[in-house]
Amino acid sequence: MRIALTELRRRPARFAPALVALMLLTLLLLVLGGLLDGLYNGSTGALRAQPGELLTYSSDAKLSLVRSRIDAATAAEVAKAPGVEQVGGLGVVLLGAKVPDRAEEASVALFGYQLAPRGVPSPPQHTGDVYADRSLRAHGVKLGQTLLLGPNRYPVAVIGWVSDTNFLLQGGLWGNVETWRKAVESARPDAVLAPGTFQALTVVVSPGSKPTEVAAAIDAATGGTTHTVTRSFAVDSLPGLAQQRTTFNAIIFTTFFVAALVVALFFALLTLERTTMYAVFKAVGASSRQIFAQVLSQAVVIALLSFALGAVLALAATFVIPPQVPLQLTQARAVEVVVGLVVMSVAGSVLSLRRVVRVDPASAIG
Amino acid sequence: MNALTLDEVRKVYRSGDEEIVALDHASLEVADAEILALVGPSGSGKTTLLSIAGGLLSPSEGRVIVAGDDISRYEPKRLTAFRRENVGFVFQSVNLVPFLTARENLLVVAELDRRDRKKAAKRADQLLDELGLGARKGNLPAQLSGGERQRVAVGRAFMNEPDLVLIDEPTSALDTRLGEQVMQLIVDEVRARETAAVIVTHDLRMTRYADRVLEITDGVLHSGPD
Repeated sequence: MRIALTELRRRPARFAPALVALMLLTLLLLVLGGLLDGLYNGSTGALRAQPGELLTYSSDAKLSLVRSRIDAATAAEVAKAPGVEQVGGLGVVLLGAKVPDRAEEASVALFGYQLAPRGVPSPPQHTGDVYADRSLRAHGVKLGQTLLLGPNRYPVAVIGWVSDTNFLLQGGLWGNVETWRKAVESARPDAVLAPGTFQALTVVVSPGSKPTEVAAAIDAATGGTTHTVTRSFAVDSLPGLAQQRTTFNAIIFTTFFVAALVVALFFALLTLERTTMYAVFKAVGASSRQIFAQVLSQAVVIALLSFALGAVLALAATFVIPPQVPLQLTQARAVEVVVGLVVMSVAGSVLSLRRVVRVDPASAIG
Repeated sequence: MNALTLDEVRKVYRSGDEEIVALDHASLEVADAEILALVGPSGSGKTTLLSIAGGLLSPSEGRVIVAGDDISRYEPKRLTAFRRENVGFVFQSVNLVPFLTARENLLVVAELDRRDRKKAAKRADQLLDELGLGARKGNLPAQLSGGERQRVAVGRAFMNEPDLVLIDEPTSALDTRLGEQVMQLIVDEVRARETAAVIVTHDLRMTRYADRVLEITDGVLHSGPD
């Protein structure tokens, strides 16, 4: 091991090609992962933050929050269903927001809510007051500002910040039910809902009840006019999300595979070049295991160094990439990339094992 | 007890249907602290004999006994341990690890054996001092002359306090004066440590450093030239 590390220290140029290749792959993995996380979180934050384990939509809405309608009578049936502890109405309208001193409008999703989502205070008392998602700061939104929503410029005042509450990549604004209704009335008078009607219900399940069973009970109680699903199912059913995730994951897995290939080819060539040295090591008493441990330790160190350099580059990239691009570098993603790189480097270096085992110590003397 | 005994050793290689006899019923004994020179033309079987004596190759027939242990039927793993603990090699092309200093090249052997590092470092320093390389121990092989590199290789061969040192063409890459210096150093080390040594050489002038000379031709051992 010490010999392998000494070589890395004294001959860095020899390992530079693999280091640079893996560093760039790390950058790619972190940026791709960051974009995937950013897109996912930006699309799903509002649903993930819901306090209830279940979400109830109208059965004809095909799990679309925008299309769904739940009237007051249905909501009352839901509340009475076995296993239901609490029910809260939820409404949303997607609008453009005029931000003071900004030429471009920010895209926002204004929610009216009865039960406070995770990290969001109780509904504001005053109609027209909203909590804004922190991501809107990238669009110039400031605390205390008045944003003008929709074509008829319905005014809402930002009274606080909340995090990770965006919906379909639109900045989350959270007001009381009346604020939401007024905004809909102002922007889309044709889409105004009857009093007591919401787009969906967030349903808190009684302790000890099984959410899937409660969901079935709700839909039975409403005579099939509702479609109740778990929060995670609702999140996964958002349009395009699954395809987005599959595409990104395919690229990420391919990149990991390329990383393994880079390490495999690099160390295969290096092992070929070192056949005489390994023969000498074997002649003086090194086992194949000891030699392979050297190859392995070099592969792991290169993977870790590449990750560190790639992570620095990725962090630097966040300063260059416009804030509107939904790039989120998370610790979980970084851990996944570093573990993935190490695993792929180990897998790649295993290709050299056969060659190491086959090195004939007698060739040192021949 | 002899340091090395070869008893009717044969080594046969197969190439298709053809059988190539590299060593043909070779028998020899090397006493403790004896220096044996082995001479012969290229392809005569010198290297095969040296490889079998050092546990780098297994014989097809016959027995190989080193310091009382019959290594003829050792499995590869046991042969690896045997080479690590009982034999020292000086290779023809020196084969130092290019990115390690002279001192570290000696310590490679200790590291493989997981020996006490302090003790190993002390031994490496002592060997390098004896070989006149005390001031060069921090130098990489590329910073050393051919003779110095050869001396480092000699030091490496003695690091594990071997029962037997096997030396392959130690002077082939050196001019006569340097070759003689290196040979003298090898002999001094062998004598000082009372270790047995087998030296393979083309250069008949070097045989005068040996206690005994054997000649090998087509895999058959003969008494050496007078």
